[in-house]
Amino acid sequence: MSSLSTISTATLTKDLRLEWRSKDAINSMLFFALLVVVIFSFSFNPTAEESRQIAGGLVWVAFLFAAVVALNQTWARELRNQVLDAYRLSPAPANALFLAKAVGNFVFVSVLEALMTPLFIVFYTLRALGPAWQLIPLAMLGTWALVVNGTFFAAMSIRTRSREIMLPLLLFPISIPALLSMVEGTSAILTGEASAKFWIVLLAVYDLVFTSVSLLLFETVLNAE
Amino acid sequence: MKKAFPIFALLTLALLSYALYEALVAAPTEQTMGDVQRIFYYHVPSAWTAFLLFMINFVASIVYLVWRSEKADIIALVTAEVGVVFCTVVLVTGPIWARPVWGIWWTWDLRLTLTLVLWLIYASYLMLRRFSSGSQTPLMAAVLAVFGALDVPLVYFSIWYFRTQHPSPVIGRGGSLDPRMARVLLINWAAFLCFAFLVCCSRYRLERLKREVEETQALEALLEPRSMR
Repeated sequence: MSSLSTISTATLTKDLRLEWRSKDAINSMLFFALLVVVIFSFSFNPTAEESRQIAGGLVWVAFLFAAVVALNQTWARELRNQVLDAYRLSPAPANALFLAKAVGNFVFVSVLEALMTPLFIVFYTLRALGPAWQLIPLAMLGTWALVVNGTFFAAMSIRTRSREIMLPLLLFPISIPALLSMVEGTSAILTGEASAKFWIVLLAVYDLVFTSVSLLLFETVLNAE
Repeated sequence: MKKAFPIFALLTLALLSYALYEALVAAPTEQTMGDVQRIFYYHVPSAWTAFLLFMINFVASIVYLVWRSEKADIIALVTAEVGVVFCTVVLVTGPIWARPVWGIWWTWDLRLTLTLVLWLIYASYLMLRRFSSGSQTPLMAAVLAVFGALDVPLVYFSIWYFRTQHPSPVIGRGGSLDPRMARVLLINWAAFLCFAFLVCCSRYRLERLKREVEETQALEALLEPRSMR
């Protein structure tokens, strides 16, 4: 267990340091999400009441698309200099690598969300009528749902021919229940008309199921010849 | 198996024509919906067949992950392909029926949405199989099939709650089914199952042959690298 956490921490620190110095993923994600916000905002030009109804959908669609940018870069870095092959030969547990990558992506996407949320509030004049604190567990569980499957499918899609385009094709259909939960939960909180509890629980179940399956199957995918 | 195939094909053809006669002529006309209701004998059996094929795909994928048998992989591929075809039939016949009866082509009803999401998941499965190269394909596909199958209950619950929050203009078809109609439905389902089995068998043979040819070609290329050109 100790080797798992040591290796995870080492990989995670390395990824975070690389990202801190290059800022590749976060910059491209931020700019992409900004474009989505601006384009949606002036193509719909909603009033405050309307935007409460549609903001949940817009926010999460923007984050989903932006997250794909970061997820696609997850493993590309390790392909250079055959790092993945070296990892396969080493006795280090495969799940340590997976966890580090998933947590790293979680950090990137969370930073993106934290930076973009004020912009959404400004452009769409948002104010929650329901219990706003519930947005935090909802966002955390939702982000993990996107990131855990995204990291896993990114590891699969680097083996395919058109790897950049393959990731969303695999990730989006599987993410439909998670995305629906995030959108509906956010709308419920913003409009204050319904409770978001069901959606938070569903997201927790989704996270639990797919985190376990990913951990169970990651070694197989990593070692696939 | 080679000898049984044409006989089974003929039997399936006979059963399909009998089912067609039963559905279009012999079955009683529905009182309120009229003849458009007869699409039901194609819509529902296709749906059941597609769901059954997707279930077989899931089992075959698990079998592949555990034992790495090539047969299981081919079965998974074949059932996904034929399942997507039947699922498409469901998604096309559904709106054709819904337009005159419900007055709308589509609604985000539980069953409709679930079928659409299933179609999307298995379409992405087939895309993955198409785009990934060589010997990794079976493994990647099997892994994705497991993810897809586990997703289904979650999709079910999310849409179930989604729908109870937003009541749609549609009232599900309640009430009981006329026993004569139920009989026609079952005959059609039997015919569709035979047809699906037939298509799967021939697709299975085709895929095996294709792989044998590919292997032989690869071997030949290895043995005589010059003379091949």
